Amino acid sequence: MADGLKYLEKWSLDVHVVRLGAKKSEGGSRAAVLEVGGEKTLPFLHEEGALPHRPLIAAEVYDVPDPDWPAALTQELAAGIQDPVAWAKGSLKEADLVCLKLQGIHPEEAKTDSKAAVALTQKVLKAVDVPLIVLGCGDAQADNEVLPAVSEATKGERLLFGDVVQENYKTLAAACIADGHNIVAESPIDVNIAKQLNILLTDLGMPRDRIVINPTIGALGYGMEYAYSIMERARTAALSGDRMLAMPFICFVGQEAWKTKEAKAGTQDVPEWGDAAERGIMWEVVTALAMLQAGADILTMTHPKAMRIVRQAIDEFMKK
Amino acid sequence: MFVIGELINGMYKGVAAALERRDASFIVGLARQQAAAGADALDINCGPFSKDPAQDVRWLIEAIQKEVSLPLCLDSTKQAVIEAGLAVCKNKAIINSTTADEEKLKVYFELAKKKGADVIALTVDKRGVPQDKERRLELAARIIETAAAQDLEAGRLFLDPVLMPINVAQAQLFVILEVIKDLKLLAPEARTVVGLSNISQGTRDRRWINRAFLLMAQVAGLDAAILDPLDAELMKTMAAGELVLNRNIYCDAYLEAYLKTKK
Repeated sequence: MADGLKYLEKWSLDVHVVRLGAKKSEGGSRAAVLEVGGEKTLPFLHEEGALPHRPLIAAEVYDVPDPDWPAALTQELAAGIQDPVAWAKGSLKEADLVCLKLQGIHPEEAKTDSKAAVALTQKVLKAVDVPLIVLGCGDAQADNEVLPAVSEATKGERLLFGDVVQENYKTLAAACIADGHNIVAESPIDVNIAKQLNILLTDLGMPRDRIVINPTIGALGYGMEYAYSIMERARTAALSGDRMLAMPFICFVGQEAWKTKEAKAGTQDVPEWGDAAERGIMWEVVTALAMLQAGADILTMTHPKAMRIVRQAIDEFMKK
Repeated sequence: MFVIGELINGMYKGVAAALERRDASFIVGLARQQAAAGADALDINCGPFSKDPAQDVRWLIEAIQKEVSLPLCLDSTKQAVIEAGLAVCKNKAIINSTTADEEKLKVYFELAKKKGADVIALTVDKRGVPQDKERRLELAARIIETAAAQDLEAGRLFLDPVLMPINVAQAQLFVILEVIKDLKLLAPEARTVVGLSNISQGTRDRRWINRAFLLMAQVAGLDAAILDPLDAELMKTMAAGELVLNRNIYCDAYLEAYLKTKK
C-alpha cells in the first residue's frame, strides 16, 4: 500500500468487543483478561479505521491424543499429548490462550466422562493464568451433559465455550448465560444460519457481546475460499450496520490443517512434496494467514512453529 | 431504510388532545410504540391548529426526550418553531424542512451547523412544486452547492423530492422514482427521503398505495422515509424488500432481524 488507500469507506458499526477471562476482582482467577473484536474496518486497513485488538492465537490442547495425528505433530508435541495440563502450560510460549478440546467425552471414544472433564478443566485453569476456550466433542448429547457441568464448575471465569449449533444451542447457552461465560456459535459455512443462530441466542438472553462466530472453515485446498467469502460477507454486513453479524470470528485452523492429506503424508510416501514436517507447518500457516485476512479474531492452532510464524505475521499486519 | 415515525403530529386527534391537556404519557407511549416497531427517528409536528406552536413543540420534545433517545425530526414550516425546538432538543435533531430557496437554505444550514443537526431539504422553491425531473434535479443541485459553500457535509442532508397525492398528480410518481435514482448519482453521500403518506392523502385504501410506492422507491435507492411504523405490513414488506435488494442478509427470522439488527 505504498500509495495508501485511494478510497476510504465510511462504516457505520464496529464489531462487538468480547472479553475473555475474568480477574479476581471480577469473580474469576485469571491474571490476564483478553479482548477481541472492536474492528471499525476490514482486516488491517489501518488507514481506514481502528483495529483496537490484535487477533489472538489459542493453542489447541486435547484431553486425549488423536491416533490420526502425523509424526510431524506428535514428535513436536512429544510427551505433551499424554499430559494436557503440561501441554497447555507449555503452549503459552507461543500462544495467547489455551483451547481445551474435550474429545474424550465422545460416545465412540468414551475415554473420559463428565467428572474427568470438569477435573481436567479445573487443573488446566490452575496451571495457566490466561483465559480458556473449552470445546465439546461435537456429539450433542455428550456435550449437553458435560459442558454445562464444566461451565458451572468454572462459573465467573468468563471462558469461551463451544460449539452451539442451530439444532442444539439451548442447553449450553443457558449454562453460559447463568455462569457468565461467552459462547461459540457455529454455522456450516452459511451466513444466513450464522445470523439466525445469533438471533436465537440473543432471544434466549445471551448478550450480543458474549457471542463469537465459528463460520466453519476448511484448510487450504479444502474449501478455505468458501469460508473466506462467507466471513467477508458477514463482516461487510456487520460494518454496514448488521448487529446480528457483528461478532468476532473464531477459526479452528490447527484441527483443519492437520487432517489434510498434504499435512499427513510422510516424506517417503510423496517425496516430490518435500519434507513432511515443514509441509504440515506451512499448511497450517497458510490457512491461518488467509483466515486473518478474512477477518479472524481468534485462531486455534496446533503446531508451535506454525504459531510462531503466524504471530510474527500478526505483528507485521498490525503495524500502522 | 432510515425510518422516521410520523405519528406524533397534531393532525391526529389523539395527539391534538394530548397536546391540549399536556398528557405526556400518551405522547411518550406513542414514541415508544414507534421505536419498538422499527422507527430510527421520530417526526415531531404540533399540527396546523396549534395556537402556540413554538411552545407546543418545546413541550413535545421535552416530554419525549426524557424517555426516548431517538433522533427527533422537528417538523414545521416556521423558522421560529424550528429554532424553539432546537433550543431545547438534547437528542440528535433533524430539521424538517427547508425549501430550496437560497436565502432559506443559508439560514437553515447555519442553524444546522450551530446545533449539530441534519437537514431535510425539499426540492421546491417559491415557484412551487416542480412538474418535471429536470427542475427537481436543478433544485437539488442548488441545495447541494449551497451546503458545500457553507461547509455543511453532504452526509447531513436529506433530499426530499416531494411526493404529491396520487389523486392529484398521478403522472408525477414515476418521475419521482427516477429523481430518487438520479439524486443518488448527483450526491451519493446525501440521503434521499420522502414523506410517504402524502402520496395517499385523500384516497381510499391508503395503506396499499403507501406500501406499493415504498417498495418501488426502495428499488430506486431511497434511503429514508417518514411513515407510519405501526403499519406492520408496510414494515414487513420493506424488510423483505431489503432482502430482495441484497441490502440485508437473509435469515429465517428476517422480520425480527430487521428490528434486532438496528437495536
